[in-house]
Amino acid sequence: MNKNSAAPGGSPPTAETFPGYQRPDGRVGVRNYVAVIPTSVCAAVAAAKIAALAEGCVALPNQHGCCQVGADFEQTRRTLIGLGQNPNVGAALVIGLGCENIEAADLAAAIARSGKKTDCLLIQDCGGTLSAAAEGARRAALLARDLSALRREPCPVSSLVLGVECGGSDFTSGLASNPAAGFVSDLLIQAGGTSILAETTEFIGAEHLMARRAATPAVAQKLLDLVRECELRSLAQQVDLRGSQPTPGNIAGGITTIEEKSLGCVYKGGTAPIENVLAYAEAPAGKGLYIMDSPGQDVDSVTGLVAGGATVVVFTTGRGTPTGTPLAPVVKITGNAETAVKMRDNIDIDVSAVIRGERSIAACGRALFAEMLLTAGGRLTKAESLGHREFGIYKIAPTF
Amino acid sequence: MNHRAVVIHPADNVATAVADLSAGENVSCFVGREVSACLLQDDIPLGHKFALTPLRVGEAVIKYGETIGAATAPIKVGTHVHVHNVESRRGRGDRSEYEEGEG
Repeated sequence: MNKNSAAPGGSPPTAETFPGYQRPDGRVGVRNYVAVIPTSVCAAVAAAKIAALAEGCVALPNQHGCCQVGADFEQTRRTLIGLGQNPNVGAALVIGLGCENIEAADLAAAIARSGKKTDCLLIQDCGGTLSAAAEGARRAALLARDLSALRREPCPVSSLVLGVECGGSDFTSGLASNPAAGFVSDLLIQAGGTSILAETTEFIGAEHLMARRAATPAVAQKLLDLVRECELRSLAQQVDLRGSQPTPGNIAGGITTIEEKSLGCVYKGGTAPIENVLAYAEAPAGKGLYIMDSPGQDVDSVTGLVAGGATVVVFTTGRGTPTGTPLAPVVKITGNAETAVKMRDNIDIDVSAVIRGERSIAACGRALFAEMLLTAGGRLTKAESLGHREFGIYKIAPTF
Repeated sequence: MNHRAVVIHPADNVATAVADLSAGENVSCFVGREVSACLLQDDIPLGHKFALTPLRVGEAVIKYGETIGAATAPIKVGTHVHVHNVESRRGRGDRSEYEEGEG
């Protein structure tokens, strides 16, 4: 059981506020977890045992953290720190084996800079897996008991950080679910909040349109460079991504060109100006819409969004996907009426009424915004109810 | 009456079928609350596009209010718009804005 350690409470959500958790650094969480963070794959099993023993704790199943070099090492470290600092985390227990690249004490200290309580231990100092799990569970439970006393308070909607993601797209994604998600992103930004659009691969063919929305020429160039680098990475693998896009399935489904496909994808980022381009797992420096460099692979991408500070994720899908995250609720939305039935266990919101002409994108967008606020206020998403806590750190170089 | 075709943006010159449509059908196209009728010249499968205005060779095909490619043949109102009469302005290095920018 790794449910929210505090039930929804406080005042009901309004257009201006929602019940959230105030953190010492001024940011606002929508969940109140103790994160149990293994610095490397060698500590992942012990971390899982700790979270299983101590109520209110969630373990991150990190598969990396050792024998990584350069930018790849920095990216894993930045991701783990970002996840620990995410305001959905009230406190963090860092556990290391004791000999990995990423040191537990260093990671805990970096997370503690957000003002939250942290603790750390090393398996090699404790007597092994079982002893580390027992000791870790004692310490994690202490952190969780402290956190359980924290109550939700009315917090401004502007404190929300939304991550927008799509996966398993079909022709309804560009017509209904992505524009509805984009509407939510625009509404949040109008309210003074922050939204992050990821998935660099799916900017290919629409980046020139996005560059027009960049806040400054430098940001526009950064965006174009990012997509160019993504293309070059695929070429280095001797895979011409562009040559295979749109896919035969996309074409059979009516998508004619890569521009059309990417336009459908980027619609989920709405129409706001793009403030800046972020590295994977990098936190936005201000409010508004940000672009994050991440792969089209949903799990790695959503992990990056949450490490960058996203507290709630809106995820559009055509075919239906199960993706959740360990730390942030994922609201799943489809524009495909058939998928809403076939994947009913996983789909939170059906916006196929847009396709049928029964509701406007704006009406569905407003309903989705209200759903996002309810979720932020503590209501579980289907991915949370089902225990979907997919996790993956985007690796950018081989391990040595 | 259910929508059988959707127009995303008022500037669009194509509509997307949200059901399998048949030649000869007079389809109501909705842009928000505005409705216009379009007599189909071709069968249009679910998810595929048809033209709302005539398009000359080289003219931009507009969906989402943005260019998704250029017509490679004259396209009549109500006919199928797809890979047989539209090509990407991207994806071919010699014609891509982006590639030109890179020199």
